Amino acid sequence: MHPAPSIILFTVVSGLGFGLLFFLCLGFPAVSGWTAFVWFFAAYALAVGGLALSAFHLGQPRRALRAFTQWRSSWLSREAVLSVATLCLCGLQALLLIFRADGHPLLGGLAALFCLGSVFCTSMIYASLRTVPRWNHPVTPLVFCLTSLGGGAIMTGVPVLATPLLILLTAAQLGAWWIGDRRFADAGSTVETATGLAAALVGTRTTATAGATRVRLLEPPHTGESYLTREMVFIVGRRHATKLRILSLVCLVILPLCLLALPAAGPEVTIPAVAAHAVGAIVSRWLFFAEAEHVVGLYYGRR
Amino acid sequence: MTDLPDRSQRRLGLAIDLDICVGCHACVVSCKGWNTTAYGAPLSDSDPYGPNPSGTFLNRIHTFEVKTGDATATVVHFPKSCLHCDNAPCVTVCPTGASYKRAEDGIVLVNEDHCIGCGLCAWACPYGARELDPAEGVMKKCTLCVDRIYNENLPEEDREPACVRTCPANARHFGDFSDPGSAVSRMSRDRGGVDLMPEQGTLPVNKYLPPRPRTDADVGADTGYGGPDNLPPAGSIDVLAPFLEPVAETPSGILGWIDRTLTRL
Ligand code: SF4
Ligand code: SF4
Ligand code: SF4
Repeated sequence: MHPAPSIILFTVVSGLGFGLLFFLCLGFPAVSGWTAFVWFFAAYALAVGGLALSAFHLGQPRRALRAFTQWRSSWLSREAVLSVATLCLCGLQALLLIFRADGHPLLGGLAALFCLGSVFCTSMIYASLRTVPRWNHPVTPLVFCLTSLGGGAIMTGVPVLATPLLILLTAAQLGAWWIGDRRFADAGSTVETATGLAAALVGTRTTATAGATRVRLLEPPHTGESYLTREMVFIVGRRHATKLRILSLVCLVILPLCLLALPAAGPEVTIPAVAAHAVGAIVSRWLFFAEAEHVVGLYYGRR
Repeated sequence: MTDLPDRSQRRLGLAIDLDICVGCHACVVSCKGWNTTAYGAPLSDSDPYGPNPSGTFLNRIHTFEVKTGDATATVVHFPKSCLHCDNAPCVTVCPTGASYKRAEDGIVLVNEDHCIGCGLCAWACPYGARELDPAEGVMKKCTLCVDRIYNENLPEEDREPACVRTCPANARHFGDFSDPGSAVSRMSRDRGGVDLMPEQGTLPVNKYLPPRPRTDADVGADTGYGGPDNLPPAGSIDVLAPFLEPVAETPSGILGWIDRTLTRL
């Protein structure tokens, strides 16, 4: 799949924002008054900024409001609805913290749950697509949610929160790669099932021939590129996948874990840790798209 | 609404005969011609006379080679347009309600005035039947020529899809698959019509009729090569073939720099 920068940034940045809001609403760090304003402002900037970035890959962004209507069937629509609801709930909690110096625990808990729900819906847009086997399994939402929570926890600067989450994230990310590498074969789609030709032609020849019936593309439908090949048959850049996986794990979890283990604390540790985590998340998300193979590639002889 | 109808009253679709299609692309051209001037926004082309022409099409022809062991390969031309699936994943993912499946005849359509061009439906379709038009920013797909089949301004014989009407080999047939007595249902029964990628669970309406059984003797008669191994006469392989190597796909610009740096690591 084509790794569009707007989608990568949208998922990473809004994920970080919702991760931070999650912890702020639960009272980590316990802030009030102006401090609360600054924290919530930063979290909102990330969450809203990330969501706004998603508009850049729409063909008709002026009609974006229509995306709130189909929550009964569409994960994209559910994500839109839930994100706005989450931002409202978190806003209420923020107002309480800023002006009354005390949040409501029930409201905070609910808002945190909604934050997680929004990230879950984002991940389900991808995880629900049967056409992209690499995404189509339960570990995909797990990685999205843990990346978001891990990033939020690093920003709060509380190592007891961040460390276990980052360790879990490592396991989930490795699991996603391990499962993802096998998914296409497991899904069972081949050029033979895509064309129905092998099964249909078996035994039609009188000459007794040994060997399986194989189908291959002889001529593509067009000699140049098309929307389909640009969008869904993206293959440039996969050869560095292993190096990029290592790079992303180092930035996503190992560097932040090392930084958080330092005796020092405060912004001089948190900022580089967050920056490293964000870079790792972007690389991991780039791979998420670049490595994903859409079954339509079977009709084009490349995936 | 992007909920699918429980069951559509009729199941209009195409039976595509892979034994007959000669791969002439006439249906591609007539489809583009009809749909660029009729229903909804035109089908745009980008850079049509430049070095990288590309365009929006609702119907495309692939060509496959089928081979068992050492036997002579069979070449099959393979037209592909929307299969108007009963369990259409492209419809349920649509966040705006622009994509829908009609309860009365099962046609899957896009309301271009509501589409935000998010492209998710094209991702959800296993068959590559949807293309985002870059000029209009909305999703385009086969309409089963809904503006022809019910169009009383057209003469009776033209009230069928443009691709069906135009096919010089008569490889595309239009009809109602919910009626067991319809021509397409009978054809599909007699010839063992297949679903594409049944494992995707889309339950396509369109059926593909596989090539009829053929023997090596038939192939010999077709090609004039004959003989037990049906090899073409010596020297008939194009001497220019080695010069037709594909152009390397190496990224340039910032991607190229990243590529070179990672290679050096
Ligand atoms: S072929 Fe693709 S676009 Fe057409 S109904 Fe099926 S899934 Fe949707
Ligand atoms: S591109 Fe248009 S039709 Fe397709 S899912 Fe998005 S809004 Fe719906
Ligand atoms: S039915 Fe109409 S829109 Fe669909 S492929 Fe044929 S000509 Fe094109």
